[in-house]
Amino acid sequence: MEAVLFGITAVLALAGGVGVVAARQPVHSALALLLVLLSLAVDYLLLAAQFIAALQVIVYAGAIVVLFVFIIMLLHTRSGEGPRAGAGLPRAGAGVLCGLFGLALLALAAGVRETAPPPAPGFGTIQDVGRALFGRYLLPFEAASALLLIGMVGAVALGKRLRPAGDPSPGRPQAPPAGGPARAR
Amino acid sequence: MAATLLIDAIKSAVILGGVLTAFAYVTLLERRLLARFQLRVGPNRVGPLGLLQPLADGIKLIFKEHFVPAGADRLVYLVAPLITVVAALFVYAVIPIGPPVRLFGREVTLYVADVNIGVLLVLAASSIGVYGIILGGWASDNKYALLGGLRSSAQVISYELALGLAVLGVVLAAGSLSLVDIVRAQSHLWFIVTQPAAFVLFLIAAFAETNRAPFDLPEAEQELIAGYQTEYGGFTFAMFYLGEYVGVITMGALITTLFLGGWQGPLLPPVLWFLIKVFAVVCVFIWVRATLPRLRYDQLMALGWRVLVPAGLLNLAVTALVIVARG
Amino acid sequence: MLLDWGYVAVFAIVGAILAALPLLVIWLIAPRSAYPQKLETYESGVPTIGQAWSQFNVRYYLFSLVFVVFDVEIIYLYPWAVVARSGGALAFVEILIFLVILTLGLVYAWRKGALEWV
Repeated sequence: MEAVLFGITAVLALAGGVGVVAARQPVHSALALLLVLLSLAVDYLLLAAQFIAALQVIVYAGAIVVLFVFIIMLLHTRSGEGPRAGAGLPRAGAGVLCGLFGLALLALAAGVRETAPPPAPGFGTIQDVGRALFGRYLLPFEAASALLLIGMVGAVALGKRLRPAGDPSPGRPQAPPAGGPARAR
Repeated sequence: MAATLLIDAIKSAVILGGVLTAFAYVTLLERRLLARFQLRVGPNRVGPLGLLQPLADGIKLIFKEHFVPAGADRLVYLVAPLITVVAALFVYAVIPIGPPVRLFGREVTLYVADVNIGVLLVLAASSIGVYGIILGGWASDNKYALLGGLRSSAQVISYELALGLAVLGVVLAAGSLSLVDIVRAQSHLWFIVTQPAAFVLFLIAAFAETNRAPFDLPEAEQELIAGYQTEYGGFTFAMFYLGEYVGVITMGALITTLFLGGWQGPLLPPVLWFLIKVFAVVCVFIWVRATLPRLRYDQLMALGWRVLVPAGLLNLAVTALVIVARG
Repeated sequence: MLLDWGYVAVFAIVGAILAALPLLVIWLIAPRSAYPQKLETYESGVPTIGQAWSQFNVRYYLFSLVFVVFDVEIIYLYPWAVVARSGGALAFVEILIFLVILTLGLVYAWRKGALEWV
């Protein structure tokens, strides 16, 4: 049962991965990425890691890909237009990388002999994660909060630089001229 | 195993059918109530009291012409309403509408599943729902649609934070993420009493999450025609419509579950209590729509980020303090 | 435990079928009589100028960037919320530090004008 489900999600994830690379339209790539992330969430569930699965959907699928889509819309080159920087990678290089990846897979497959023991009851539940987070991993947790703060500062600083000060022209795509319907009388 | 799965499939179908019926009649309820608020009568010609109006609407929409605009991205154009509907319906997998009952000699629970992280599942579904809006707006290749879609998705993600913070207050008070546990934790006192700030936060965020007035800027008719739905017609339009109204019912069900004690109440059967409470909250949604004018977009974002998020954090800190002080 | 998730999966599948069904139905029975003018993009009744897919405002991007950070932070709060009771004063102090750092980020973004929609 689990093996079948894993097979399905693995195929979906791989198909999504190929879609991300192969799609000509950036938004299609983002959609394919969504498929990958959702399949991985199901895989986490199969590993009894419920909280991680939910986190995967909320943070990766629900926030980060939205960010990607916004970036795509910010840049907005239409399908296939614009510089195709990725095309510069020579086919030989791609072949070598694929070969290396295959070797890594083989090494992994050779190393895996036993099936993992079934998880202890309660494993992966949010209570479990909470106890771990506020017990053993307290310091990394607080460090992560500092990291998030740094991320926030970086985001704001970058955004400020992207928005030229004192240039109102790109500023209001949706607002009508003053006195328009958006302004209440 | 097979029997439980069969029961589950039947239960799923019944719940989904119920939600869709509720959707149909909430549209009628809204039209009738809004009409009353505006001293009109509202649709009352199709069947007694206009009760067959939703049916007539549905049949009309099915026989409407279906076409995809030439400039649109065909795949995404059709996937977007699909995502909207699935995300909207998915939430009902974890919403408990009553305590377990005995049917045909076997214990039947009145929810599809009681998962350990039910609340997070709800949040996850709503965060996926954003894609329906943003992709629908993008795929149409229409300026109004794209503007509406962008506005709407920025609004929804902003208010998702307030929503999450409000829910955290309840989770803290209940000590569990399972919606069934949260309902049980309110057997003595509803969380609307102990968590009033979270309730207000949640209500405001719920209006914004469902793109309802006073936060219905994405579909501000005067400037954006119909927002992200501009290029949709016939049944694909109906699917977005369904997403919006099921969203309203969902918020009603969530407010009932998180703040109003869920199915619990005296005398009447539990399921009836649940339905009454959801009905009341949906009426409040319609009432607010009839009462409040639309906000400006900068006001909307300011409210979300500078009022609701700090208020949510404060509420959380105070709740935590009280809980720890009580031991 | 996994069985509960199986229920959720069944529910999701039934829901997805239910959502896809109308698309099939309209494909089968909805009338079709499209011609080029009908398929044009709507633009208040005048011929469409250019494409909608043009460059977009950076503010949306900025908000979504701040949103990602905050979303992660709020997700972190959930595990704490369920164990807070058993954690006692120590857990409270820990989360207070976390909340303070979080608030610092918010204050910074606010002061720098990132939360301003101008």
